[in-house]
Amino acid sequence: MPVRYSGDIAEHQAVRTAAGLFDLSHMGELSVRGADAAAFMDFALAGRISAVKLWGAKYTMLCNEAGGVIDDLVVYRRDWDHFFIVANASNKDRVLSELRARLGGFEATVEDISRQIALIAVQGPMSAQITASMCVQGADDIEAMRYYSGSNVLLEGGVHAFAARTGYTGEDGFELFVGADKAAGVWQLALERGAACGIIPAGLSSRDTLRLEAGMPLYGQELTEQTTPFEAGLGRIIAFGTAEKPRRDFVGREALAKVKEQGVARQLVGLIGAGRRSARTGYAVTDADGNQVGVVTSGAPSPTLGKPIAMAYVPVAMADPGTVVGIDVRGRREEMTVTALPFYKRDK
Amino acid sequence: MANIPDELKYSAEHEWVSGDPTVGSVVTVGITEHAAEALGDIVYAEAPAVGDTISAGEVCGELESTKAVSELFSPVTGTVTEINPALESAPELINSDAYGEGWIFKVEITKTPKMLIGPEAYSALTD
Repeated sequence: MPVRYSGDIAEHQAVRTAAGLFDLSHMGELSVRGADAAAFMDFALAGRISAVKLWGAKYTMLCNEAGGVIDDLVVYRRDWDHFFIVANASNKDRVLSELRARLGGFEATVEDISRQIALIAVQGPMSAQITASMCVQGADDIEAMRYYSGSNVLLEGGVHAFAARTGYTGEDGFELFVGADKAAGVWQLALERGAACGIIPAGLSSRDTLRLEAGMPLYGQELTEQTTPFEAGLGRIIAFGTAEKPRRDFVGREALAKVKEQGVARQLVGLIGAGRRSARTGYAVTDADGNQVGVVTSGAPSPTLGKPIAMAYVPVAMADPGTVVGIDVRGRREEMTVTALPFYKRDK
Repeated sequence: MANIPDELKYSAEHEWVSGDPTVGSVVTVGITEHAAEALGDIVYAEAPAVGDTISAGEVCGELESTKAVSELFSPVTGTVTEINPALESAPELINSDAYGEGWIFKVEITKTPKMLIGPEAYSALTD
């Protein structure tokens, strides 16, 4: 995936106002099958995956015993005994080995199918119209599909695809999983059918500013093995169950329950700046005396807001919206204000 | 391939200098098309202030795009006489016209430049 095709801002705006086309074939895809697949997923992952309905999708995490995040994942249910996991490319091998290490006692298998699968994403307000126009079977399903669910469709040219209404841009959008040898044809088809709607190819740089505006975490920046989902503001994705219906054991449960009970010391927040200089990954967050109290995980000039935005870990005492913090931007202090995430929310 | 005009001089840090680079003369400074393309859409340009004394090879400003931030190095030693006022509201001129309307500042040279290179040598750097 290139950094850009035409220009970062043009690609960003195309996704916000019309449509952008992303080649995400580098992402990792794993297939989990077997009679115990659902029970295994419940044990291995932070969410209650067994509750996902057929064709449904769920954002979840693979945690270690200490509650740290090994990867954030989207899980799709393809059948009662079949799940499909999308993992970050750089974590895919680790996710595969961790999942396999957790298989003991379950009748299930985990296979890496990344090399056989290409992923083409159509994202933006025109994405449903464009994606439906690419289908010879299932166009109605595309239009009717709920967010975070999927369906099998047949694309023009006889290409079978699993189409899911998911994405990483904060816009409506579809992700098309197709055979690796079909990627170029599907890409061309999307450009051709989307041309009248203003679709353009979009690269990694726009993907990063789009997800940042949408307040979505990026693994390696907001999420690491040293971060718990609670610190990242994603405690809701951990299912502990209720007193009447407690969830069975899962990896990381003990540590995560403790964090939930005791609370966190630092928290991921959104920051907006009034100036022109942007905070960037790794820059220090400082208090009024200039002492480092936190760290910026992502930051960029927001194309939509026209102001610098960032996400950062700060002490809980400084995490309330309206709090002004300092950022050491290459030796000079810039002020940013804590704000509720996301920075951008589409009109539905 | 990014354009590298023959009539300009260049620095290894991807600035261009137009005019006669000798002591006492005023030259115009900008960044090359190659550098602008690598940065992506520039949304903020911080140039030195008029009257600032700047030194060849030292940081004198910064350029920020959505993707990255890059320091601006002075290609010559001298006193800043003018900054491009258009960049305040339209920093994207650096992307659209790197050698023209996207110029960044003008400087009166106070020391004979030693680090400037010609278009062929700069072209070799960007290969």
